[in-house]
Amino acid sequence: MSAFFKLLFRNRLAAMGAVVLSAILLLVLITPILPLNDPDVTATADRFKRPFSEGHLLGTDHLGRDLLSRLLHGTRLSLAIGIAAALIAATIGSAIGIIAGYFGGRTDNIIMRGVDMLMAFPYILLALAIVAALGPGLMNALIAVAAVNVPFFARNIRGITVGLAGREFIDAARLAGMGHSRIILTELLPNVLPVIVIAMSTTVGWMILETAGLSFLGLGSQPPQADLGSMLGEARSAMISHPHTSIVPGIMIFLIVMSINLLGDGVRDALDPRLRSGALSRPRATTLVERVGDTPAATDDLLAIQDLETQFHVGQRVYRAVGGVSLAVKPGECLGVIGESGSGKSVTALSVMGLVASPPGVITGGAVRFQGEDLIGAPYESLRRKRGDRVAYIFQDPLSTLHPLYRIGQQLAEAIKSHHKVSNAEARERAIQLLNDVRIPNAEARVDNYPHEMSGGMRQRIGIAMALANAPDVIIADEPTTALDVTVQAQILTLLDDLRRDRGLAIIFITHDFGVVAQLCDRVAVMYAGRIVEEGPTQVVLDAPAHPYTKRLIACVPELGGGRRELDAIPGLPPVVDDLPAGCAFAPRCDKAQDTCRAGTIALAGPSSRAVRCLYPEEAI
Amino acid sequence: MVSYILKRLLSAIPVLLGITIIVFLIMSLIPGDPATAILGSYATPENVEKLNRDLGLDKPMVQRYFIWLGNMLTGDFGRSFSLNRPVIDEVLERFNATLILAGTAFTLCSLLGILAGVVSAARQYGFADKAITFVVLIGISVPSFFLGMMMILLFAVNLRWLPVSGMFAIYGGGDLPDLIRHLTMPALALAAVATGVIARLSRSAMLEVLRQDFIRTARAKGVPERRVIMGHALRAAMVSIIPILGIQAGFVLSGAVYIEIVFQWPGVGRMLVDAILKRDLLLVQGGVVIVAACYVLFNIAVDVAQSLLDPRIKT
Ligand code: SF4
Repeated sequence: MSAFFKLLFRNRLAAMGAVVLSAILLLVLITPILPLNDPDVTATADRFKRPFSEGHLLGTDHLGRDLLSRLLHGTRLSLAIGIAAALIAATIGSAIGIIAGYFGGRTDNIIMRGVDMLMAFPYILLALAIVAALGPGLMNALIAVAAVNVPFFARNIRGITVGLAGREFIDAARLAGMGHSRIILTELLPNVLPVIVIAMSTTVGWMILETAGLSFLGLGSQPPQADLGSMLGEARSAMISHPHTSIVPGIMIFLIVMSINLLGDGVRDALDPRLRSGALSRPRATTLVERVGDTPAATDDLLAIQDLETQFHVGQRVYRAVGGVSLAVKPGECLGVIGESGSGKSVTALSVMGLVASPPGVITGGAVRFQGEDLIGAPYESLRRKRGDRVAYIFQDPLSTLHPLYRIGQQLAEAIKSHHKVSNAEARERAIQLLNDVRIPNAEARVDNYPHEMSGGMRQRIGIAMALANAPDVIIADEPTTALDVTVQAQILTLLDDLRRDRGLAIIFITHDFGVVAQLCDRVAVMYAGRIVEEGPTQVVLDAPAHPYTKRLIACVPELGGGRRELDAIPGLPPVVDDLPAGCAFAPRCDKAQDTCRAGTIALAGPSSRAVRCLYPEEAI
Repeated sequence: MVSYILKRLLSAIPVLLGITIIVFLIMSLIPGDPATAILGSYATPENVEKLNRDLGLDKPMVQRYFIWLGNMLTGDFGRSFSLNRPVIDEVLERFNATLILAGTAFTLCSLLGILAGVVSAARQYGFADKAITFVVLIGISVPSFFLGMMMILLFAVNLRWLPVSGMFAIYGGGDLPDLIRHLTMPALALAAVATGVIARLSRSAMLEVLRQDFIRTARAKGVPERRVIMGHALRAAMVSIIPILGIQAGFVLSGAVYIEIVFQWPGVGRMLVDAILKRDLLLVQGGVVIVAACYVLFNIAVDVAQSLLDPRIKT
């Protein structure tokens, strides 16, 4: 609870709202004992005195009544009426909601039908109809506003009650022979009450405004009694000649509503855990780059990742997701990058084209060179031109990575049209061609499907087709087969392999599965805790893994080692990358670990194209 | 699609019936002798007797309801005593003016609100976002009737840019430019709160969508950022924005009552308030039923728009 208030008041606006609202409430509470003029005493001689005039701080109205006094009394009345309406609406609405939710079945059905119908009205029509039937007057306006808000409470509280009614403690109470009314009052109500209070606090401002509105229309408080709405309504006729009589009550309504709104927003933010963790921020078009240190020199590789460092900055914490990774591919080559989830392999892959979500991602060091040109920190437009055109991605789980509301053909065509000037007809033709390329049967018809109309395997082919759309030089495939069953997976891998041979594509294949690497990749790099711990030609690494971690990974693959396929068969968990141990990150899980392993940074060492980051490797390299 | 629309229209029938029942029940709350209450100061003995016969007040309630319902189905909503003309004629004429006002305001708040929300989300925590958030906060806190009055003071009285009130100039008005000049302030005042609400919710809908994987896919394809935001993200966000528009339309229609009073707009809201003050209850009853029914139909249109946008909705 105190954490909640801390969060609430960290929000400066909410605190401001609380202060203003408390000030108004305080003023209103002490109004009767303040030395004010009588709000209803008229003095025609003193009509329309301006604010700050003698004896009338805010001036007087059209009947010479003291505006300050009328304002405070009016505010008092408006707040009282609004709060009363909120209490009545909350009580009746919650009672209806609890009964509907608790009894369920037909009772629930009938009640909720009625509630739906009430909600089918624009709220003011209902209020007007009630006032029309009962006649104008403050009490009737109160009844109307309360009645209009009953459905809101009924619906919300019913939802909560339905959830609670199925819980054990209610069943237990029933078995204990408690009657319905006792269960509702002693078991349900205490649990529902906080929700009722919150719902009330979010609607009370609204109800104050609505009652003021009805009074403004002349349907609420009747003279000489005045609330803020009727003050404003009466002042309207003299608005042009004497605006202060309108402005004074108007600003008061504004202050009340705004402070309640601010406070309500603060409450909502403090209660919503997603906002609390700051997760609700949108990723920028490219990853933020704050590079320190030198940029490594260019190489003659097609794509080279050099000493790449990517971090996540969340509040004060820094997660080193990628801590100095170097990888390179040549045309026609397939490089496998393997590791557990959280090893930084996906972040490495996304860093290449600046696709790491930022915030929180920040690239802090190294370079990514495509044909020698550094992409890190490159201007957005030059990066965009290469995205999907020279370097394309295939992502995992195409149900979430394809746009749900665009047709397959549109999404493929867009990939082409983002880089080439082609007509719609041409783009469509090309899209069909692409579908044929990835062996989707009946491409002519499929092109007009939406992603949700296809199977997982088909969707993944679409993902591949999209990556191929502009005949890129490099494809980065981020676990493209993980969500698929084994047969489909094999088909997709064959497809990728064929494309590589036919087109001389370079592929970086991110996976956690050594089986897949063995099938497809020329070379492999093993990642652990944001670093490469071993790399080499696939066959060499498979035959003679040097790093204890690699050895264990291979042992996990059924066809290769005879163990389980899951990587978590390795005891222990990968380290959290905001708190890496000194020395070898694998030491806590390694059965060969020595004190020396924990002493200092261990270099990735070995002859060219074969290297290991271990002091006591399994095999000499 | 046609069958979906028909299905939705059929499902509206119980709601429409529900509306008539609710209005009927509310009207039976009238304390004392209904005929006298309905007629108020027009209650001559002949009138009372005639109304008692018209409404069948001597009959049981259920029967009375069906008579009333049957009459409405034939377009007979009774006669307004204060205006001495059929309720339906008066309501339809006034509703026209309300539709112009509320329709304009609704279009304005939808366009401005979504645009502000999109800009706010795309520039999250930037200057534009903060500025919009601030304006929105003010916008949703000013009661529309007070805002309208202040606009009149500023733009009509002090600056003399726009006419103070009414729908057309009394002399020489009546054409479209004249209507637009009269419409500008009330439409803006009416749109203000809804614009704020829509902007807020659009912002969070956009932020929600921008974090989705398919946005990353679009960027990975090299789709220009402007299209990522205005195409991919906005389209997906519209799925949650459209229902908000439907709800806000109800608030705009409600707010029109105040704005029509402030700006002397000859719409159905002002008619209802006048009718209540004159105790012309048949006019109130007919007006409420007709406007509520139109709102129900509008919401069906919203559902249909939603199904056009989202192919995942079974039609
Ligand atoms: S360096 Fe030491 S702890 Fe690390 S993997 Fe090698 S043997 Fe194990």
